[in-house]
Order: sequence, then structure tokens, then C-alpha cells
Amino acid sequence: MSTCSVSKGCFVFKPSSKKRRKSSPTADYFSEGKNDSEDSGLRFATCQLLWNQINSETKKIQEELNKQLFDNLISFLRQSDTEFQTKKIEWMCRMKSSEIPTAALVLGVNVTDHDLTFKSLSEVLQDNVTPYVVSLEAKECPGIKHLLQKLMGQLMDCCIDVDSSEEEDCVKISQKKIRCSMASLSKWYESVTKKTGSETPSKKRTSSSRHWQSPPIVVIFKDMESFTTKVLQDFIVMSGQHIHEFPLILIFGIATSPMIIHRLLPQSISSLLCIELFQSLSCKEYLATVIDKLLLTTQFPFKLSEKALQVLINIFLYHDFSVQNFIKGFQLSIVEHFYSQPLSVLCCQLLEAKKRVNSLSHSQCENIRSLPSFRRYVESQVSEKQIALLTEDNFLKEVTQTLLEDLHIYHENYFPVLRCLHVFTASLPKYPLGKQVRELHCACLGRRVWETEEYGSAVQLMRMLAKAELMAILQKCVEIFTSSSGKQFSNTIEKLEEFLARFQNLEVAETSEVQDVSVSTQKEFQKKTDLYHLQKTLLELKESKRSKKLTKFEMLRSEVVDFIDSLVRSYLVPAEMQPLNEVVYFNTANILREHLNAAPRIALHTALNNPYCYLKNQTLKSDTGCISNTAPDICIVYKLHLECGRLINLVDWLEAFSTVVTAVEGTDPASVATDQVDEIIHARFIRAVSELELLGFIKPSKQKTDHVARLTWGGC
Amino acid sequence: MSHLELKSNKVLEARFVADEDVLKHISDNGGVKVRKDRAQFALNVKRFVKKLENVSDDETQEILEDQNYVAVLGTYAKDSLRNGASAGGGEIYLFQTPKRSGKMAELASELARTPGKNVTFDSSQYPEKPASTPQSNKKHAALNKAQLKSKKNEFVSTTPYRLRKRLTAPNLYLDSESDYSASCSEEEEEEEDHKETSDVIRDQKTPIKTRAPPPPKKTPAKKRKEEMMSSLVEEYFEAHSSSKVLTSDRTLQKLQKRKLDQQTLLDLLNKAPPAYTAELKELNQQHESLFSKWMLQLHLGFSIVLYGLGSKRDLLEKFRTSLLQESVHLVVNGFFPSITVRSILSSITEEVLDYTGTFRSPLDQLDLITKRFKEDSSLELYLLIHNLDSKMLRGDKSQQILAQLASLPNIHLIASIDHINAPLMWDQAKQSLYNWLWYETTTFSPYLEETSYENSLLVQQSASLALSSLTHVLHSLTPNARGIFRLLAQYHLENKDNPSYPGLSFQDFYQQCREAFLVNSDLTLRAQLTEFRDHKLIRTKRGTDGVEYLFIPIDNGILTDFLEKEEDDM
Repeated sequence: MSTCSVSKGCFVFKPSSKKRRKSSPTADYFSEGKNDSEDSGLRFATCQLLWNQINSETKKIQEELNKQLFDNLISFLRQSDTEFQTKKIEWMCRMKSSEIPTAALVLGVNVTDHDLTFKSLSEVLQDNVTPYVVSLEAKECPGIKHLLQKLMGQLMDCCIDVDSSEEEDCVKISQKKIRCSMASLSKWYESVTKKTGSETPSKKRTSSSRHWQSPPIVVIFKDMESFTTKVLQDFIVMSGQHIHEFPLILIFGIATSPMIIHRLLPQSISSLLCIELFQSLSCKEYLATVIDKLLLTTQFPFKLSEKALQVLINIFLYHDFSVQNFIKGFQLSIVEHFYSQPLSVLCCQLLEAKKRVNSLSHSQCENIRSLPSFRRYVESQVSEKQIALLTEDNFLKEVTQTLLEDLHIYHENYFPVLRCLHVFTASLPKYPLGKQVRELHCACLGRRVWETEEYGSAVQLMRMLAKAELMAILQKCVEIFTSSSGKQFSNTIEKLEEFLARFQNLEVAETSEVQDVSVSTQKEFQKKTDLYHLQKTLLELKESKRSKKLTKFEMLRSEVVDFIDSLVRSYLVPAEMQPLNEVVYFNTANILREHLNAAPRIALHTALNNPYCYLKNQTLKSDTGCISNTAPDICIVYKLHLECGRLINLVDWLEAFSTVVTAVEGTDPASVATDQVDEIIHARFIRAVSELELLGFIKPSKQKTDHVARLTWGGC
Repeated sequence: MSHLELKSNKVLEARFVADEDVLKHISDNGGVKVRKDRAQFALNVKRFVKKLENVSDDETQEILEDQNYVAVLGTYAKDSLRNGASAGGGEIYLFQTPKRSGKMAELASELARTPGKNVTFDSSQYPEKPASTPQSNKKHAALNKAQLKSKKNEFVSTTPYRLRKRLTAPNLYLDSESDYSASCSEEEEEEEDHKETSDVIRDQKTPIKTRAPPPPKKTPAKKRKEEMMSSLVEEYFEAHSSSKVLTSDRTLQKLQKRKLDQQTLLDLLNKAPPAYTAELKELNQQHESLFSKWMLQLHLGFSIVLYGLGSKRDLLEKFRTSLLQESVHLVVNGFFPSITVRSILSSITEEVLDYTGTFRSPLDQLDLITKRFKEDSSLELYLLIHNLDSKMLRGDKSQQILAQLASLPNIHLIASIDHINAPLMWDQAKQSLYNWLWYETTTFSPYLEETSYENSLLVQQSASLALSSLTHVLHSLTPNARGIFRLLAQYHLENKDNPSYPGLSFQDFYQQCREAFLVNSDLTLRAQLTEFRDHKLIRTKRGTDGVEYLFIPIDNGILTDFLEKEEDDM
């Protein structure tokens, strides 16, 4: 069946049910279409396993980060609920105030992350507070009618969850029939609460006991800014009149700033609300935690190279602030890594990887041998060993095992030292190595960090730290090393603790000394002097200070800095230097950039402007900015149209086009001087022009007959 | 010009002193001054640019960071030749520059003169040209001005008032300037004009005959950049100072074979020799090698969007026939002129889910689809959309619904986009729903299917359709009715040069028809007119005086053709 028709735009293809595949054959596609399908099944399984682990880890992170916020929210709900209860008793008081308790949730600009937050929020609320949680989005509620429909619909669904299933069908019918209004809502609420109150001995008891008595209805407006003001205002006014009949709590999701509430709602409306503000964690902190938990850990064997990480971070910082997209990019890089690198089969936990090394095939061994990092390693060995490595598979496997272990140890050492260095550099003025640990990580991954200028200045600044600061930092470093899993750091910890002790000892000795100096100088200043003398004494003082030996503190400080420096030099070697790093590091950054942050306009422009980029034909080869006259029609037409202003005369255009094309075909342009244009050329021109129209470069214009308007850069 | 005359004019002005006139006079003079100061202004701009370069260290730091960003995002493109991103944004996102009308023909002849060879033409060189010699720049401005002037004169002589009124601001004030025939500044200007026009004549001769691109001057890079900048600024203002576009007045009617219908167009194109078949095949093979990867990524929850020059329909079709034969899939031709989201949703509910029922709104329909797909995890659907950015689907609501469809884990979406502004359809929320992976698939294949629908072609196509429909309708009518229409058409054509022609009033028309023995009462005429109106051959409009006017909403060219044809037939 073909898919072009003049009467239809959609074509459904259903294979006969016999032919239809049952199970999802994702793994097949993983291995298909590639020459080296080495261990592809295993690789795919590893990839899936790893991704699932990482996914659940990110969920856990999100939950932890949101916990504080949710706790606050729940306590707010509890408070407003008790208020509602007390109001019920105090009849008069209830009559007076009709304020709806409202939580304004400021979530930040990363709109795409909000969905997850709201999902977990409504889960938490449903588990702990009330079954009646409704979340509304602006796109579902263009009018107040839709909003109420949605609200009722979701509430009915909630009540189905709570009540037994036999009632399902009757509720469903009523849902369609029901006239959606606030009155019916309050009636519904009354009936529901009565029911749950009367059927206490039922099995539902456990579930309802989690909820409070007379559970409130919580309405979440996910994206408050995009709601039309009228809908919001109407809803608030209406629910304000019914607030006595059932407890209602609103939650506004706000992406910009709390000011928006007052922008959207006039004073008369917002006075019906009793708003409390809640601030969620900023997306930057969120990202920092995610990077900390996913990348700066030995828990997951997969690693990102500097460039890949840089691309992902840049997309985050410059485009969307969305952690979800960051994780998506991370997922893509995992898939890409396992898909394109046959040796990624070894990218798993160390013990498992060692096992897998033994079962490697010969061609996989060859793959190992062709790794650039491994070749470098081979070259550094003695010649006998070189030969053995290149010829004997078994020997190679042994070496691979030790190398993998080395790589693992390298990572175990790398991360604590990195954090330790970050503790030092994060407090320096001007942050020569970056504020965030991720920046430092990028710097260390890419090159030898101690050879960079920034590191030099950072070390210099470290040599000027005050004692209190230094001690606090050292204390933190000790904590980092003790919490790290590496066993090699016992010496380091000892050393650091020794430093700390020496600082403490210094304190006693030094205070007296400093006092001495200060007292003596003060005495000198107390004498009456003229300006000349003062200057002289000051100069002398300076001289003496310079020539004076370093104090004990200063010596100790430089010792500490040297120690840290030595740690950095021995442990923060760039990963690219490690043999077999290709197994765990994903470094084709441009794949990420191409697929996540594509530039379709530039691609289009390049194709039109310089077709040689795509069509490798010598006749098309040209310098940048010029175009061969044998280029495809659309390129010539495009190039000609660049010369025009806002309007383009079709006749001129056609003529110019035919001049170019006839010249290519060899006929002398002078002989075609008659006004008429060859039919085929005319047809080609029409095609090219309509293609340009499809691409959005021009549109038909009615300003002048037979003119088209230019729509793009330089034109309008 | 004598002093005396000037004086007398002053007296004249004193007599007609109206506030507006005074104001206009002042503003006119001001305007002239501004124009004269343009060179100085440019100088100031230059200085400003210089100042900008001496930004403080902090800012340079920031700039450096930006460069890093660009480096990371941009430079790696060069590694892969397939990626077009190596072109910097600067080349594309230029300011508007003033264009001369002859430029296109010029370039064409340049391209044509060296067959088989490359012609060095650099679009970025063009803005440099005037900058290299400030004199020529001035000349250029003068040329523009002179052209404006000559245009204005033309208008005064030939065009009626209504058209003149349509001229935009700068022209308007030139007009008013000529009304005040003798303010001092005007005189100076005219003198200048004489000088300039001679320059212009010299200048105009050169481009037609031999205009080789001038050799780029070898100046120190920094200075050149500065000059570029200032010339850019100047050109920007120049291009925006006048909204008048200068194009030639030629129309397609002069060409005899201007009408091509779809079939002949296709036939002709088939005759045209295909170019670069080997290279195109290679490109396609590169793309086809990605098929299994696409499937993998679709299964992992991503959606795939294809972009790049050339029709991607064949590619997707091949993808479909090679990999999707055994699974349920839906192909949507976005370029189909009457496609709607509702029809897409309906084909899912009716044909994929076998659901027979009606929906109040697309949102309800979407709810059902979502529910069904979530309930039944064995249900799987591949959605192929050609031209997701077509006119019918690019609306916010349609995209929202499609994005929500794509976000379902069991629906796998693969789509293609062509429009340059297509990515603007999606905001962050929609993009994350779609979960796009971008693939550049430049195929260079012609958009045959996509442009084959009537409305996507330019005038040529619609004109032939309109004419054929016109003849068809009229052939089914009585000879009298045809006569009535011909009368109206003739009258219409007689008045085609009159822009204030409101149409033929019903009474006049009735009179004429009676004289030609075509109708005998106004009731019969009205009955005939209803017929025409139903076929959209005529339209009625009430004038300001309440009289009903009839006119034909069809292009004059077609009407002429039609009358000619009618005469041939008779």
C-alpha cells in the first residue's frame, strides 16, 4: 500500500495478527546493522542493567532532595486542616473568614523537571494526607467548565481507588451525567465522607486510617503562569463561597517568582487566599547532587570524558536548566557507549569484569590491542613482554585483568583527592579552579591539572590561607578520606591529622611570639615622631619582616600545601593516560551535541550554500562563500535570492536562473537572448522555488504581481 | 537661484502660515540635515565600536567563557564532515543590507560566464566593498537617493493619488519637499543632485558591463574588522531608512509558456537529467545504515526527528518498509493540505484501537488513547510523520497533543521537519515530552510529493487551475449567462488601471444587459448572478452610498486569457 493519496493524510498499517511480534526485540536492534556484533547481547544486558540502576538512583536523589519541601508542605496542610476543624466548631469564626489555604510552590525555571516533582508530591500526599488530590495543567483547562470537569473526573477516580470496585460502574455513569458545579462537588464530598465514616469496620480501614479525618481536597495547579486569569479567578471565587462545606487546599506551581500571583489575581481575589510560600531546591544544586552521586563515584563503572561532560553541562547552563535533560543526555551517552564500543562489555563491576575478561574471544583481544591507550602501555614495556602481549591471548587477558583493577583503584583514589582539592580551592578568592566540583573534575579529566596556570595561582593563594581556615579545611579533608572506601589513604589521614595536631601546638607557642612583636611595635608608634621618622621606621619594619625567617606557621602551611600538591600530582592524573580507559569512558562528545543540541538552520544553510559538504563531487568543490554553477538547482536559486531585498521579482529570478543553467549546458547565453525560457528549465525553476517556499525562505506576496516576499535573514 | 526669489517665497510662506506647515518645514530641514550628518554619525559609531573593544577584564573573561562554550559546541562539528554545523552563525544571521535591483542578474551572468568553473562570489565581501573606500560608499547612498527621486517623479506623473499616498515615510517627505519648491536646503540639494546623477550614470554603466569583484584590500585584520562593523551599521540604517523595495515591474505574463499544470510539470522534470546520482546514493546509504540504531533508540523511549535539506520521505518510507512491516504503524503525511490532529487521533482510535465512538474534543480522544496504551503494554504503535512542521500541524495545540502522544512509552514517533523555523514550534515542555534525538539527514532529493499539492506552488499553478475552472463553469451555463459574464469581465478589464474602481453597480449592469438583450428583468439578472456568486466568479460589495457593486475577484491576466479563448471559440 502506498502512502501518497490526494484524499487522505493518514495511513494505518496493521500486519495480520500471526505475523505480529510479541516480545519487544530491542536487543535485536542493538546488534543489527553492525559488523562486529561481539557480545552484543551481553553488552545490551549490561547497558540496561546499568541504566536501570542509574535511573533508580536519580529517583532516589530526587526524593531525598524533595523530602524537606514535602515535609514543610504537609505540615502546612496539617495546620490548615486543624484550623478547618476548629472553625467548624466556632461557627461564627467560620462565617467570617472564607480564606482558602494556599501553598505557593516556587520551583524555578526548569519547567521540565516539575512534572516529576508534582508526581511524587501527589503520591506523597495521597499516601499521607488525603486521597483527594487533583493536579491540573493549564493546557487541559481552557475554560472554567473544563477545569471543573477535570477536577470532578479526577476526584471520582480517587474515590474509586478508595472504595470497593463494585461501585465503579455506577460512579462512571454518574461522572458523565453529573453537572459539574461547585454545589455538586460539595454534595459529593459530603456523601463520600459519610460513607467512609460509616463503613469503619470494612477492610479499607487501614488505608483510611493513614488519612486524616475529613480529608481535604488538594488541588494542584501545575503551571500557574499559563492559566488564564479568568479561569483562576472564577475558580477561586466559586470555591471561596464553598469553603465552609468542604476543606479545600490549593497548591500553585510557580516557575518564575511569587509576584506572579499578584500579577494574575487582583487584590479582591487574592484576599480570598491565605498564601504561604515554599521554595524548592534550585536546579543548580539539584544538578550538583546528581553529578556528585552519579559521576563522582565508583559505584557506577561508566564514566563521561571531559568533552562529553562539558557538552552536557553546557546544554544545561546555556539552554534549559533541566536536570531531566541532563539525565537524558547521560542515558544517551550510555547507550551510545555500549552500542559503539565493543569492549564496553567490560564496563561493569570489577569482579564481573574480571570474569568476562576470561571469556573474551580472539577478535575482542584484537580490539583491546588496537586501543590507543593500550598501545601506549605496550610501548612502555620491555620487548619480551611486548611480544607476549601482542601475540598471546591468555597473557593479554591476565594483563587486562590487572589493568582493569588498576583502573578501578585509580578511580577509588581519584575521587577523594578531587574532593579534597575542591575543599581547598572552593574557598579561594576568584575561584581559579571553579566554584563547583564539576568544574574541577572537568579540569582534571582533560589534562594534567598541575600544569595549568589556574592551578598555579590556586596553589599560590593556598599558601596565603589563614590558620583557622586551613584547619577547617584540613578537618574536612580528613573526613573525606575517612569516608572514602580506598584503603591506601590511612597514611594520608595520619599525615593530615599530624598536621592538624602541629597547628594546634603552634597556637600556644605562636600567640606569645605575636604578642611580643605587636607590643614592641606599638611601643614604637606611641613615641612622638614626625612624618619623616615614621616613614623611616615603617620602612625598617618592612625590611626586617622580609628578611625575617618564615614563622613556624608559615613553614607548616607551605608543608601542608606541598603535601596536597603531591597528592594531586600522584592521584589526579588525567584519565586518558590510564590504559584501557576507553572501556569505561565515553568520549565522542560530538555525537551528544549532534543529537541533543542540533542546529537545523545551519545545516540547511550549509547544504544550500556549500553543497560540496554533502555531495563529494569535484565539480562542486569551491571556497567558502562561492558556489559552483553546476550545483543543484535549489542551491543556485537560493544563492540568487540572497541578492534580493524584501521582494523578489519572479521573472528576473527565472531569467537569472536560466542564464546560469543554460551556461552550464554549454549553449551560449547570447543565443537564448529571446525572452522565452526553455520549458524544462522553467519546470526546474518552479520546483526549486516551491521547495524554497516549503523550507520557509519565501512566501507568495500580493504587494506586487508576480513577486514573492523573502522571509529570512537579511531580507525582512 | 536668485536671492530675490527666495525672498518672495519667504513672503509666500508667511501668508499660508499653518501650524502643520511650519512643523513640516522644520522637520524637513531637520531631515535633510540628518542625512547630511550621516557620515559623521558613522564616525561616531566607529568610535563607539572602538570603545567597546576596550572592555574591562571581567568582560573579556566572560567573552572567553562564551568562546569556550562555542568551541565545545561548535568546533567538533569539523570532525565530522557530514555535519553542516561548521558554518558559523555570523554568516547566516546578517543584518539586512541594501540591495540593488540589478544584483541578481549580475550574479547570474557572473556565474554563467565561467561554465564549469567556480566563480568567486562572496556575499560577505559585498558589505565590505563600500567600506574599503568611503567615497564609493557615499556614492552608493547618493545612488539610492537618486533612484528614490526618479521613482518619485515617475509616481507624480503616472500614478493616481491613492498610490502616491501609499508611499512610505521617506518618500512622503521628499514629496512634500517638492511642494515647498524653494526652501534653501532644497536648492542645495538639487545642485548636489546634478552632480550626483552624473556620478550615478557612470556608476550604473559599470555594473552591467564588466564588474569583477574588487580584490579584497589587504588591511590589518583589526582595522578591517572595525571598518566592517561601521559599514555594517551604516548599511543597516540605510536599508531601514526606506521601506520601498526596488524591483522591476516585469510580470510572468510576458512569457508565453507560463502556465504549467502539475502533470506537465512532472513530465518536464522527468525529462531533466538527474544530477549527482552517485553522490546522492552514497548519502542515502549513510542514512540507511542508521536504521537499526533508530529502532533501538525508539525502543528506549526517545523520539527521532530528521532535519536537513532534501525530501526525507523516501528515506522514511524505506525505513518503514524495511523495519516496520511486522508491527502496527501509522504514516501521517503532514504536507497533506487538510490533515488535522483530529484525523490522526481518529485513525489511531478507529483503526488501531478498533474503537467506535465519538469524542467531544481531541483531548478526550487523547485521554482514551493514553488510557488504552497504558493498560495494554503489548500494544505498540510506530508513528511516522512526514513534515511535522506543516502548516496544518504546526499550531500550538496540535503540537501539544502530538507531544503527549509521543510521550507515551508504547508509541514510537519518528518525524521529519523541513521549515527553517520549525524548532520554534516547541518550548521546553513540549521538547521534553517529545524527547527528541536529532538526526541530520540531508538527502538533496527533490520535494516532489510535498510540493505537489496545489497550494504549495506559486502563481503558475493556481492560475491554470482558476482558468480551467472558469471555463468549465461557464460552459455549463446558457449562452445568455455567458454573455452576462463577458460583459462584466470586459467592463472589469477596461477599468483595470483605475485603482479606485469599485466595481460595476447593479443598476448600470442591468442597463447594459438589457441593451445587449441578455435579460428582460432585473429578477432574471439576479438569478444569474446568484449562480455566478455560488461559483465564486463574482463578488458583491456595498459602496458607501449603499449601491451594490459587482466585481470579479480573479486575476486580470486570467480574465484576459479567458476572453481571448472565448473569442477563439466563437
